Amino acid sequence: MAVNAIDVTDLTIAYKDKPVLWDVDMEVPSGTLMAIVGPNGAGKTTMIKSILGLIKPAAGQVLVYGKPYAEQRHLVGYVPQRGSVDWDFPTSVLDVVMMGRYGALGWLKRPGASERAAALDALDKVGMKSFAERQISQLSGGQQQRVFLARALVQDAQLYFMDEPFQGVDATTERAIVTLLQELRSAGKTVVVVHHDLQTVPEYFDWVTMLNVRRIACGPVGDVFTDENLRKAYGGKVAFLSAENGRKS
Amino acid sequence: MSSAQIEIQIIASIVAVACALPGVFLVLRRMAMMSDAISHTVLLGIVIAFFVTKSLNSPLLLVGAALMGVITVVLVELLNRTQLVREDAAIGLVFPAIFSVAVILISRFAGDVHLDTDAVLLGELVFAPFNRLKLFGMDIGPEALYTTGGILLLNLIFVIIFYKELKLATFDPALAAALGFAPTVIHYALMTLVSLTAVGSFDAVGSVLVVAFMIAPPAAAYLLTDRLSRMLIYSALIGIFSAVSGYWLSYLLDASIAGSMATMTGASFLISYLFAPERGLLAQARRRQNQRIEFALTMLTMHIANHTAAQEAEIENEVIHLNEHLKWTPQFAMEVVGTAERAGLVTQRNGLLTLTESGLQRANQEFSN
Repeated sequence: MAVNAIDVTDLTIAYKDKPVLWDVDMEVPSGTLMAIVGPNGAGKTTMIKSILGLIKPAAGQVLVYGKPYAEQRHLVGYVPQRGSVDWDFPTSVLDVVMMGRYGALGWLKRPGASERAAALDALDKVGMKSFAERQISQLSGGQQQRVFLARALVQDAQLYFMDEPFQGVDATTERAIVTLLQELRSAGKTVVVVHHDLQTVPEYFDWVTMLNVRRIACGPVGDVFTDENLRKAYGGKVAFLSAENGRKS
Repeated sequence: MSSAQIEIQIIASIVAVACALPGVFLVLRRMAMMSDAISHTVLLGIVIAFFVTKSLNSPLLLVGAALMGVITVVLVELLNRTQLVREDAAIGLVFPAIFSVAVILISRFAGDVHLDTDAVLLGELVFAPFNRLKLFGMDIGPEALYTTGGILLLNLIFVIIFYKELKLATFDPALAAALGFAPTVIHYALMTLVSLTAVGSFDAVGSVLVVAFMIAPPAAAYLLTDRLSRMLIYSALIGIFSAVSGYWLSYLLDASIAGSMATMTGASFLISYLFAPERGLLAQARRRQNQRIEFALTMLTMHIANHTAAQEAEIENEVIHLNEHLKWTPQFAMEVVGTAERAGLVTQRNGLLTLTESGLQRANQEFSN
């Protein structure tokens, strides 16, 4: 059997004495497009950040393609939440996208013509090529998200993590991003997305992890995205959403 | 100009550039106040190192100062992490505590030594040319030229070599960490550099001017460009301008050199704040004014288009009635009509306005929106 893209076992993360993730297991087969869903404070972003080594776990283990993340950095692309950076930073769109190549360049080496070409190519894929020389503060929310996506594309990774890529973007951009994610999956990549809109889960994704501090479920959308699991994850608050889901499936 | 005058200006310019380089990253990281804290707390490092070595010329003084700068940053971050105080308050707690210990130590035990608090705050740029460095008995220039020059070189090399890493760690620390660029290491390296710069510079220019040079030129440059590389260059140039013009201001006013230079950094920022081509106050006001006129033009075309067919056209579209119907002052109405005529949106006959082809287009475009 092929090695999983991600194997998380017994992952526990706590801020002081408050558990954020509690003994969570998660296994993501290679080549899936997976959503992580759960209510606010369920630990979705924490989950991604701990896999990327940005947060130290109190217990548990994370493997990326069978090895610790530090050995597999070059295989992993990351799209943080759009709001996590200062968009007034003095830099251009092209420059931000080129940052995706920094990992491959390593310390001290400067980006050059090939990085530039890769960045322009990625911008073209997200429909932002004409914005290459723009100052990033002039972008709308959807455009910012596309730029971040282009930056992840130039990382040329096998496994992508995206933290709420649909947050505050218009319908056109959401469509464009979904199409792109599905293309990545078709190319054999694995994509993990922190997602909020439960109604689009069955349409966009083929795998889902449901979190609420503990793991509620993890598996193919058809098997685990059920009313019962939704109720477990969200409590009684999603009656209308699960009804919606029932209609779709 | 005497050679002493030239030397003072050169030393001040070197300090200005040396401060501007790390200053740009402090400003972008929203850590401007940290420069104030560090430039004061390094004094305790110097004092302690002085007590250990009993010499004011030991390189250990630099090491002690740099260490104390980093300790300041660590203490602020520890305090901040308790989530009981915010970062600005944490800085306000740590910096006076450390600085005051240094001041007490100096006044109690080092009263007779050349380590006085006035000099620390305001520097002794006037005396810099008198403190010569001699090599094999030859005068090779003021000592401050070499200490500040060394620090400038260090900062320059650091920023050039780690430009890419600094940029990424400042813009997106999470990605920097995920890619393995250790933003924490870069952070503390930068803070060490700020400390070294502060201690190496304040002997020459005083800590107030160090803070002014670190923050004002980058803040001014930030308004002038939207590329990091240009922000660094502009900051350096603005720093040099402030140093040189500040020197001559002090000459004219017969006032403190450091004070005059600090004043000029403030003046440079003010000029940039007012006149920056895109983000300056005036540019913003002009943009708002243009938007107001543009909006009024559209309103005018829509108003005329609405009433063209009707019999009320006579009343509605007369220039003299515009101010009542659109609630414009007569002057503003005249201005808008004039602009509209020049732009070919309307024509006026006997005080009655009619839309041209392009005026009609504009109105229709707005209706369909």
